[in-house]
Amino acid sequence: MLLANLLGRLTLNDFPHNPITAGAGVGIVLGGLMVVGLLFYFKKWTWLWREWLTTVDPKKIGVMYLIVAILMLLRGVVDAGMLRLQQATSVGSSHGFIDANQFQQIFSAHGSIMIFFVAMGLMFAIINLILPLQIGSRDVAFPFMNATSFWLYCAGALLINMPLVIGEFSAAGWLAYPPLSETAYSPGVGVDYWIWSLQIAGIGSLLSGVNFLVTIFKLRAPGMTPMKMPLFVWSIIGAMVLVIFAFPILTITLALLALDRTLGMHFFTAGAGGNAMMYVNLIWAWGHPEVYILILPAFGIFSEIVSTFSSKRLFGYTSMVWAIIAITFLSFSVWLHHFFTMGAGPNVNAYFGVMTMIIAIPTGVKVFNWLFTMYRGRIRFSVPMMWFLGFVVTFTIGGVAGVLMAVPPADFQLHNSLFLVAHFHTMIIGGVVFGYFAGLTYWFPKVFGFKLNERLGKYAFWSWLVGFVLAFVPLYILGIMGATRRMDHYEASLGWQGLFIVAGVGVLIIMLGIGFLILQLLISIKDRKHHLETTGDPWGGRTLEWSTTSPAPFYNFAIIPQADQRDAYWASKHATKPSVKPHYQAFNMPKNTPFGMFIAGAALTFGFAAVWHILWLAIVALIGLIGLIIMRTTYDDSEYTVSVDDIERLEAQSKERFA
Amino acid sequence: MNEDVLSVESSVKSKQLELAADDKTIFGFWVYLMTDVVLFATLFATFAVLRNNSFGGPTGGQLFSLPYVLVETLILLTSSFTVGLAILAAHQQSKAQVLFWFGVTFLLGLAFLSMEVSEFRHLVIDGNSWRRSGFLSAYFTLVGTHGLHITVGLIWMAVSFGLIIKRGLGRAVIRRLTLLSLFWHFLDIIWIFIFTIVYLIGAAKG
Repeated sequence: MLLANLLGRLTLNDFPHNPITAGAGVGIVLGGLMVVGLLFYFKKWTWLWREWLTTVDPKKIGVMYLIVAILMLLRGVVDAGMLRLQQATSVGSSHGFIDANQFQQIFSAHGSIMIFFVAMGLMFAIINLILPLQIGSRDVAFPFMNATSFWLYCAGALLINMPLVIGEFSAAGWLAYPPLSETAYSPGVGVDYWIWSLQIAGIGSLLSGVNFLVTIFKLRAPGMTPMKMPLFVWSIIGAMVLVIFAFPILTITLALLALDRTLGMHFFTAGAGGNAMMYVNLIWAWGHPEVYILILPAFGIFSEIVSTFSSKRLFGYTSMVWAIIAITFLSFSVWLHHFFTMGAGPNVNAYFGVMTMIIAIPTGVKVFNWLFTMYRGRIRFSVPMMWFLGFVVTFTIGGVAGVLMAVPPADFQLHNSLFLVAHFHTMIIGGVVFGYFAGLTYWFPKVFGFKLNERLGKYAFWSWLVGFVLAFVPLYILGIMGATRRMDHYEASLGWQGLFIVAGVGVLIIMLGIGFLILQLLISIKDRKHHLETTGDPWGGRTLEWSTTSPAPFYNFAIIPQADQRDAYWASKHATKPSVKPHYQAFNMPKNTPFGMFIAGAALTFGFAAVWHILWLAIVALIGLIGLIIMRTTYDDSEYTVSVDDIERLEAQSKERFA
Repeated sequence: MNEDVLSVESSVKSKQLELAADDKTIFGFWVYLMTDVVLFATLFATFAVLRNNSFGGPTGGQLFSLPYVLVETLILLTSSFTVGLAILAAHQQSKAQVLFWFGVTFLLGLAFLSMEVSEFRHLVIDGNSWRRSGFLSAYFTLVGTHGLHITVGLIWMAVSFGLIIKRGLGRAVIRRLTLLSLFWHFLDIIWIFIFTIVYLIGAAKG
């Protein structure tokens, strides 16, 4: 009884027994201990605390997002490899190396981690690193809130990986449809882990959405009127508006499922007046905009890259802006295409089918505008441009597959098949991931002050592209042959094994691509002296982020730039300007604070207690959370002034360094 | 260049900074309120879907007492008025009046909250808790989420008392009070919708 009060439903049996999870758990613990040990050995704790853990500088927060997202990518890819290995081997009398329950946990974890902690993480990394620079601002609107968002994301990432060490993960798929995800059918802690890790990270994303929207609306450089903003900024407006409208729906949906599971409510239960289809509607009313939250920034990145590497201004700027706005609106009117088979009736299905086809129009406008930008441009085939070209091909193929499935009768055949799995992986790998890799390669010198190795970058790109085709084209075919998703075993007589083996080889080649990316990073760090970026403008850039040094000083710009036209930096490079002595003015910058980390720590504790039903710990964590928020929000002295003398000294230093 | 000019320049500069900070924070809070609108909209939608799913249990018409809810409504509306008076007083730098009107608002909010809790308590004692049916789950969650927001508002007000007493009515404090009053008015608007959609329509349709 006492133990039950102290530990909730946590017992010794919840530590993993099977070799795979136990191995992963031991690996994580050992890896963590090694990092801690190294920090002690090199006496780096103070450095870590001052420079990173308490920072409110978006450029550093962006780097931390990047590190966590890459770690999560490795986890998600290992999951993918296990799924492919199982499906390639579990045929006929052989049942592969993992049982059905584990298989379900792995695909649930793979999907949740890849969307929430890899794609969202990379997106917020790039926004943090580049957006303030690109609008000519010194900071985001609410620097402390930005740090809190990151730490909440980090807390969510920790919680979703905790089942490797304690308990089990959800086996209900990446969106945990009820009634399967209700207590009656999933009594364990798995679904609760899923709910609370997503809830904590999701609230972080929601805060980020508010923060970046206000940043763009209020902190742009003088002269930068809306139609003069770089397209990346426009795409972030679209994405953040979607975050603001979509993430509250996710918050509520997860909360209602949690209420069902912990307080015995009947929102989505099979009996007592619950309505499971309401969950499916709600989760996709968030889920479909979420897809566009991820892809819009990739569109923005490509717009910057294509015009830079074609040495031309972007073709059809105005239509690009309107395409973003149209996609932002339309993405809220198509969610039902995820479940045409619900039986809403032909009229409802027809409406959503037509809307889905319509949303392909603004997307097509964007593709053509990029191609017209390249037309007669002086194109340089650097790595970011390679990613773009790969994207155009894969994304168009995936888009066509999507329009095909927008036809409800076709969807009835393809629903929940591997064809669908292949479609959305085409959009997310070929669209989102290629876009973010392109952006990271493009802006890497701005963030770290040296360029990435080109040759290894190209190896990585080709491995990804070839691996992607091999991994997913077989799935399109299998889907048409009738293979459903989430299948851990099939009969040999179906003749599917060959295609599954090809898909498995594809994943191996993608893993090779990730290997090349890591190698590229390591080699580039080793050889950084040969690739130092001293001009601030390594690619012949057009927008304001290239007008400052690489890496940018903590205050981004000593003098806030003037942006009187589109591609403001390009114009200023090519104008003859009289040399005047700069006239500096003092400004305020936010002080470092550990409160973001503390708040996320309390949220993590609360999430853990909620998963395991440890009432006292939940109460303590909640009180702590409220106390921390009150302490922080009543604190006035959160800024310090950088004086003119400081600026002059820092600018002189940086001139010396980059001379 | 004499020092007067410099100090005037720097005070203009700091005034501008403060104005910009006000502008940014208040706009940011409006955006946050919009996310809260979506949050409540989602809850209203779930209530609309589940409102007839009483699963053999009592319906809204059998449970709700309109006069009781009308009193709750009037209390909350009055508190929205008094918080407005408090903000007017804050702009006139009248500390005593600010404290008085926030005190009245706090008590009205507390009265509203205790009426709601007592309503919930009776429902649960009569065996009509959130476990009873989909309709009651949706009801408790929608009205309860509003109540939770009121609780947050009350804690915020309590903290603000401390701030006003300790730091007076400086710019940063007034900025926080402005946000609090926005929040409070917003909860009032949400309640109007709850009153109409949950209680009035619920009672009318039985």
